[in-house]
Amino acid sequence: MLKILKYSFYDLSRSLWSYVYFFFYLLLGVVLLFLNNDLSNAVITLMNVIIVLVPLIGTIFGVMYFYNSREFTELLLAQPVRRSSIFLGQYLGVAISLSASLILGLGLPFIIYGLFQSGAIWDFVSLLVSGVFLSFIFTALAFNIALSYENKIKGFGLAILLWLFLAVVYDGLFLLSLVYFQDYPLDKFSLVASMLNPIDLSRILILLKLDISALLGYTGAVFKQFFGTGLGAFTSIGVLILWVLLPVWRIKYISAKKDF
Amino acid sequence: MCRFFLFIIFVFASVVSRAQEIEVCKTCEVKTIQAAVDMARDGDILKIKSGIYKEHDISIIDKSISIIGEGLPVIDAQMKGTALSIRAENFSVEGLKIINVGRSHTSDFAGILVSNSKNFELKNNRLDKVFFGILLERASEGIILGNKITSNAKSQSTSGNGVHIWKSEKITVKNNQVIGLRDGIYLEFVNNSEVIDNLCKDNLRYGLHFMFSDHDLYKGNVFENNGAGVAVMYSKFIDMHNNKFRKNWGSASYGLLLKEINDSELRNNIFEDNTIAISADNTNRINYIENNFRNNGYAVRIRGAVYDNNFQRNNFLYNSFDIAYTGKLNNNKFSNNYWSGYSGYDLDKNGIGDVPFRPVSLFSYLVNKTPEAIVLLRSTFIDLLDFSEKVSPIFTPANLIDDQPLMKRIQW
Repeated sequence: MLKILKYSFYDLSRSLWSYVYFFFYLLLGVVLLFLNNDLSNAVITLMNVIIVLVPLIGTIFGVMYFYNSREFTELLLAQPVRRSSIFLGQYLGVAISLSASLILGLGLPFIIYGLFQSGAIWDFVSLLVSGVFLSFIFTALAFNIALSYENKIKGFGLAILLWLFLAVVYDGLFLLSLVYFQDYPLDKFSLVASMLNPIDLSRILILLKLDISALLGYTGAVFKQFFGTGLGAFTSIGVLILWVLLPVWRIKYISAKKDF
Repeated sequence: MCRFFLFIIFVFASVVSRAQEIEVCKTCEVKTIQAAVDMARDGDILKIKSGIYKEHDISIIDKSISIIGEGLPVIDAQMKGTALSIRAENFSVEGLKIINVGRSHTSDFAGILVSNSKNFELKNNRLDKVFFGILLERASEGIILGNKITSNAKSQSTSGNGVHIWKSEKITVKNNQVIGLRDGIYLEFVNNSEVIDNLCKDNLRYGLHFMFSDHDLYKGNVFENNGAGVAVMYSKFIDMHNNKFRKNWGSASYGLLLKEINDSELRNNIFEDNTIAISADNTNRINYIENNFRNNGYAVRIRGAVYDNNFQRNNFLYNSFDIAYTGKLNNNKFSNNYWSGYSGYDLDKNGIGDVPFRPVSLFSYLVNKTPEAIVLLRSTFIDLLDFSEKVSPIFTPANLIDDQPLMKRIQW
């Protein structure tokens, strides 16, 4: 598996898209710091970008890579290599190279700017950690879709739809149910609902770290109380890990049975 | 002969009119302040030399004297009660350092207690580790100037206020610093008074607190990092000019809390980095003119029963929510403000945007109805929603608009 991981990682590191992605984040980081002149403000703006773009790019890149490397995959399948290691290797290759672009692209300008002397370092770290988790989650979801659908158009459409659902529609439904059931106590519900969606969960985890959390008022206090405890931190990390593990397990399951 | 008579007259005159000066120090004839006060007659000057005086409950009753500390003498009340309590007319206290005032749940011990007094001056004193700092009851025509009051308040129930004024008139509180108490400056039933150029910082509850006080002015003050900056309650005819409300940040924190206020004016104030810059509840006929709201969570939050409030020529800069609004418009007006969120155009180049601005975003409207919805803060869906509402408003109150939003920031 490690060998295949290495191949797909090298393959990707030669690909133009990784560099585009890397330079995009580099540019974003530099511009933000240049315009804002304030680390914690830059972190807030970055959060907005990360919770939208990282999942989108993870999804598209994952699907694209899978469909593009299909011939190579078929060649590999003919070799005496285990199926699970082929697909997991490819998956890890994509996810790791995406995460590396993110970390390097954002990290470099921030480090040059003087991140280590700043108090915002933990905000920034939590930003990167959620970014990495989101990359892993959405690449895995994309691989799932690509494995299930031979038809590229269908696969792409579904992947975009999935992103749209988790990034936008989910919040809409969430809001609708909050408004509809406003006569009931909703703190527990909103806690659970925001934990189920990885994008919402990372947004809340970052928000709670920032000053802006005081805006959240009573509901925010409930959230802070929960996420501040060991149980809350454990559960939220657990949920994120689960979001990675379940799709990865499904990749393994489908790829073992699929007829190529 | 003539010369001799003149001399006699001069000596006589000087004995009668010239005030006596009493010196207090460890090696002087008079060793305690209380003893000096007991000796003194109207018009005398008590000069307290530097040193530590372990005295408490020094009381000055019906004596018009001035107490002047030289070289910052320290009165250590040893946590045993009020340091200096005064009931007199025409007196002054200057240049003392008062520390360790006793704490109590039943009586209000203070550094300097002034009751039933008139025409006095408390100047350039330093108070440290006090329960109440300067406490005025039924006083009038007093000046509290240049004092520095600090303490280490931990909880609201075991701490007092820096400058506490009750049932008084025509008091001037100027150039003081109040740091680390419960309320910085507290006024209850205080009329025709002025609070000018003070700094209130790190206080547990409010920087400045008005209750039932009318016809007062506060200007040029800085309120920073208090539980809440200023609370003005049940008062009318209050002028609030040129103050700075900064960093009053926390889940239940305000820059300025207005409750049951009538006929007042806010002009040229700066609100920066507050969770809620102004929370207005039951306020009538208030003018908000030329204020700056920058980087606040909410710039203005309007609760119920707010009538005839007028927002004109204010700068709303980069607040998470500019206005949050409950209830009907109730004849409140927004006009000629600058909004950093305004994206309209100005074809005729007269400096006024051609499209009205809607300061209440759909999200702030929703949050008002369902407070839990705030967890969706900064999510993509909400941004989309706000954008579409801006383009074609459906939910937000249709007449709540600034129909003459300015294109450029107002300089004042």
